[in-house]
Amino acid sequence: MSEETLAQLAMDFSALSLIAVGGAITVLPEMHRSVVEVHGWMSGAQFADLFALAQAAPGPNILVVSLIGWKVAGLAGAVVATAAVCGPSCVLTFAVSRIWQRFRGARWRAAVEDGLVPVTVGLMLAGGYLITRSADHSWPAFAITAVTAAVVLATRIHPLWLLGAAGLLGLAGWV
Amino acid sequence: MPFARRMLVEERRWLSAEEFTEILSLCQLLPGPNVVNVAVCVGTRYRGAWGAFAAFAGLMTAPFFIILALGALHTQYGHLPAVSASFRGISAAAAGLVVAMGFKMATSRRLRSGMALFAVITFIGIALMRLPLVVFLLGAAPLSVAAAVWRRK
Repeated sequence: MSEETLAQLAMDFSALSLIAVGGAITVLPEMHRSVVEVHGWMSGAQFADLFALAQAAPGPNILVVSLIGWKVAGLAGAVVATAAVCGPSCVLTFAVSRIWQRFRGARWRAAVEDGLVPVTVGLMLAGGYLITRSADHSWPAFAITAVTAAVVLATRIHPLWLLGAAGLLGLAGWV
Repeated sequence: MPFARRMLVEERRWLSAEEFTEILSLCQLLPGPNVVNVAVCVGTRYRGAWGAFAAFAGLMTAPFFIILALGALHTQYGHLPAVSASFRGISAAAAGLVVAMGFKMATSRRLRSGMALFAVITFIGIALMRLPLVVFLLGAAPLSVAAAVWRRK
């Protein structure tokens, strides 16, 4: 793949890095927009598959960008995309963690938190909506999504069990 | 995150429970995956920039190669009917995990009741109208923080 693609990956994902409050789920809608809708690097279903892999694998979900980079531009793409999505936010965290102690108990600090939480919630719900639409193309699939969400909310079961069970249902030809 | 907490607080005793909560609440506010931010904060606290880098590399290196290996397997065998059928199920469940996380966050105490309107606006703007995130956030986030400041008065 061309250097142009690598540059595109670096630009898109470093822009995402600084707005990913709450992690990969918050920028899922924007990743989907960039990867599927703007660049057409893959289909919505492929995107949903890669995201499912990242959910099932150990490590932070943000590693889905490594997979996207790898799919688009090989190992170099994976390294570039991962560095781009982690670099800016890590530098910011590094800088802020050195000064944050000073603002303990400051009133604006609580207000910033109160103000950012609803936006993060909206982004997470939007991410759930979009990834569901990408992943699910049949009624049984929607049912699996709904049941998984309900079970996670109601119990403390490890998510891998649910992914595994859903995989077996798929294998059995029910989805 | 529960694993990170157990390692940092209970096994290595690098942080007290209070310090961990304090660092986590900062890390939830900053962009980036929370667990990555916690690693960077703890690394910074003990060894400055190199500590942050070492913590980041330690957290990410193995999962990075594991996920690429899984990706390679998926590319190799993803077209097999059995694998693609399983993935239709797995992807559906993975979507359910995201939905659950959204609802969990929506019903947590961190979302003040008067501020829920901004969650709804964000959902409409991003999920339904498909506005570019950066443009939307430049407008919505300052408004939301301003509303929060005003409510606290």
